[in-house]
Amino acid sequence: MNTLMDVLRRRPGWVEVKDEGEWDFYWCDVSWLRENFDHTYMDEHVRISHFRNHYELTRKNYMVKNLKRFRKQLEREAGKLEAAKCDFFPKTFEMPCEYHLFVEEFRKNPGITWIMKPVARSQGKGIFLFRKLKDIMDWRKDSRCSDDQKEEIPVENYVAQRYIENPYLIGGRKFDLRVYVLVMSYIPLRAWLYRDGFARFSNTRFTLSSIDDQYVHLTNVAVQKTSPDYHPKKGCKWMLQRFRQYLASKHGPEAVESLFSDMDNIFIKSLQSVQKVIISDKHCFELYGYDILIDQDLKPWLLEVNASPSLTASSQEDYELKTCLLEDTLHIVDMEASNSLRADSYCS
Amino acid sequence: MWQEESDLSLSIAQIVQKLKGSNLYAQLERQAWASLQRTDIKLESLKEDIKRFFKTSGWEKKLQNAVYSELSVFPLPINPAVPPEHLKEPLVYMRKAQGSWEKRILKSLNSMCTELSIPLARKRPIGEQKELLNKWNEMGTDEPDLSHFRPVYAPKDFLEVLINLRNPNYENGDSLGFRTHLGLIQVPLKVKDIPELKELFVELGLTTGQLGIDDSTQVPPELFENEHVRIGQKVLVEQDSAAAQQYVRQGSPTALRAELWALILNISSQPEDILYYEQLKTNVIQHDLLVDSLIYKDVKLTASNDDYYFVFEDYLYQVLLCFSRDTSVLSHFAYNSASPPRSYIRGKLGIEEYAVFYPPNGVIPFHGFSMYVAPLCFLYNEPSKLYQIFREMYVRFFFRLHSISSHPSGIVSLCLLFETLLQTYLPQLFYHLREIGAQPLRISFKWMVRAFSGYLATDQLLLLWDRILGYNSLEILAVLAAAVFAFRAVNLMEVTSLAAAEAVLADLSTLKVMPLLQIFLFATVT
Repeated sequence: MNTLMDVLRRRPGWVEVKDEGEWDFYWCDVSWLRENFDHTYMDEHVRISHFRNHYELTRKNYMVKNLKRFRKQLEREAGKLEAAKCDFFPKTFEMPCEYHLFVEEFRKNPGITWIMKPVARSQGKGIFLFRKLKDIMDWRKDSRCSDDQKEEIPVENYVAQRYIENPYLIGGRKFDLRVYVLVMSYIPLRAWLYRDGFARFSNTRFTLSSIDDQYVHLTNVAVQKTSPDYHPKKGCKWMLQRFRQYLASKHGPEAVESLFSDMDNIFIKSLQSVQKVIISDKHCFELYGYDILIDQDLKPWLLEVNASPSLTASSQEDYELKTCLLEDTLHIVDMEASNSLRADSYCS
Repeated sequence: MWQEESDLSLSIAQIVQKLKGSNLYAQLERQAWASLQRTDIKLESLKEDIKRFFKTSGWEKKLQNAVYSELSVFPLPINPAVPPEHLKEPLVYMRKAQGSWEKRILKSLNSMCTELSIPLARKRPIGEQKELLNKWNEMGTDEPDLSHFRPVYAPKDFLEVLINLRNPNYENGDSLGFRTHLGLIQVPLKVKDIPELKELFVELGLTTGQLGIDDSTQVPPELFENEHVRIGQKVLVEQDSAAAQQYVRQGSPTALRAELWALILNISSQPEDILYYEQLKTNVIQHDLLVDSLIYKDVKLTASNDDYYFVFEDYLYQVLLCFSRDTSVLSHFAYNSASPPRSYIRGKLGIEEYAVFYPPNGVIPFHGFSMYVAPLCFLYNEPSKLYQIFREMYVRFFFRLHSISSHPSGIVSLCLLFETLLQTYLPQLFYHLREIGAQPLRISFKWMVRAFSGYLATDQLLLLWDRILGYNSLEILAVLAAAVFAFRAVNLMEVTSLAAAEAVLADLSTLKVMPLLQIFLFATVT
């Protein structure tokens, strides 16, 4: 169920362009962007669905760096209280270059669980949990974090992050929230938050004793799809409305409001932290998929930001959510407003 | 005057009799003894002082709630001359029909048993017990082979039985006579018409504020919602069951619902209740019953496949498996037209001393049974509390939806009420549907049997169940079913087959129940 093609095809006045034709609108993937953006000329009205250096926000190691820097700046300018609002990501260290810093932190907190994530992969690939240093021997490094590691076999860049051991559970299951944020420009910062989203459930019951069972801990639908318990009809998702109602009947509406405003804070601060770094090209816009984890104290944590959130639908409800999301996105991008067109052409 | 007084004293005597055996009585006694230590209790005015103490310490309220609870479940007084079968069901032909239906169910269960050579019950070996105990919180991960099990019956089988119900004393002339019922139900029970329903459901009227209508985003909360929430909090502070029941007629705020329902059903989680639940759990661990497999199958087929309730799969097992072993449920058969099936110890068929009720709680689950529990998981996640609430909801309301009786909240009356409402107020629609072979009851039956669980969106379902508790009656299910047909009447008039009619009514998840009910009862020109 390809939501994007359906939405584009039924937009009145839009024409699909193949291969090398001229286009006004391109929903591209990041690899195309990387190869072609720099030498593609775009007219004023042309729009493309990614920012050139989106990875400042979406690659885990860069995001962490930018957020840390922003936090320091905030502390200088507005004090500790304001800076504390940036404490929504668990303690993270880049590997291998921050290996020693990590070990210091590791020793300060014996017995806690850590999670290792590759910086550039998606869909839950390559992630694992660990409690002992020997599990991450490969990343033990003395060298700096540079691209020219000539001597040794280069180790893939990972981040080690403190694992949130007390996630909020529903029905004994762990879940995370997927929320969509559309950024039209960084300078000035113009962002839109989509009012709907969903909670993705892990199929198996949460317990810390089975840290090798990646099906328990990773809630990406991609990983869940391969779990032996997975039944496609279920989809393991709750729409955000349902989640809000559930929380309200357990904790009261004020707690829910407070949770959602904390989440707003995450979106704002994370975007602000990369505002000056991302090349704000007026042709670019980007639809991000934010992954948020809620802990038992109803505090939201930012897991990661996705530049290319999945647009395939896993159920009828999901299809409707994503098509409405894309339609609203196109309304905001508002290609129809530019007066140098007779008909929009798109490529995707 | 004289009759009323003697009725009253009889009622009081009967309630006292009932409560004497209860936990509350023991607690009150203990409290009374303990209060003697207090300085404000004087020997000269002992009775008055203790009464005053009970009033101020909230114990009188608890007693009041217990009395109210008894009255809600069964109207008193019970004339001692009435034989017990009449308490279950006064009409003989209904009793007979229920009896033969039960025989059929049992036969079906027994034949499945023999076919699969599985005993009705067996003791688990120690190893299996340990395993189950470890997996107690995640029984949903188990994937036993259930392919040979079939549900004992489905709602549509039950509907066929109801359609064939006849009152032998009722002569309705030839088949096309003026007094023939146009619908499927052919028994002459008294059901309310819209003016009577308007009187019953007066709080749902157009001029009274409702949750489900007056709390929508366009309405400023100062107009109704804020005040309503404030009153709800007050009701909870006062801990008054009767007030809570009155209150939820206008809907319960989401945050207060769990406590309000517990108050109305008079459930307070005492240590004894938690202990009782743990005991049931032990029973589940030690013995395996055939009905367990039926429960597993039902959960896997219904709740696990539901987009919203799949999350609560584990809770459903924890509640339903314990429910089957709960012998305290047997007491509701005193006012239920159904009777618990009996089974005999192997080799002792027919010998009364070796008869046991099977399953221990006397209730055989059918296809969709687990949906009675699923919405409650939204409100309670502590297993023993969830269990108590479900059990109370079952013995007050849900049992009426699958037993044959003449009670106004019984499924037969609900079906007849539904059909009569449609015939009287939407005669064209009714006639059209009948002509194309789509008798409306065939479509709405499954909604009513499940109290709309799994068909409506959860928040709407909870608003509906608020009213069931508030009015202590299931009649609202029939009214809602008729209101749904009225709402989609335009589309239904255009269909030409049963399948098409079913398609129009397949998806109720977008419906808002309170506006539908209000329009149907109070705003339609009759």
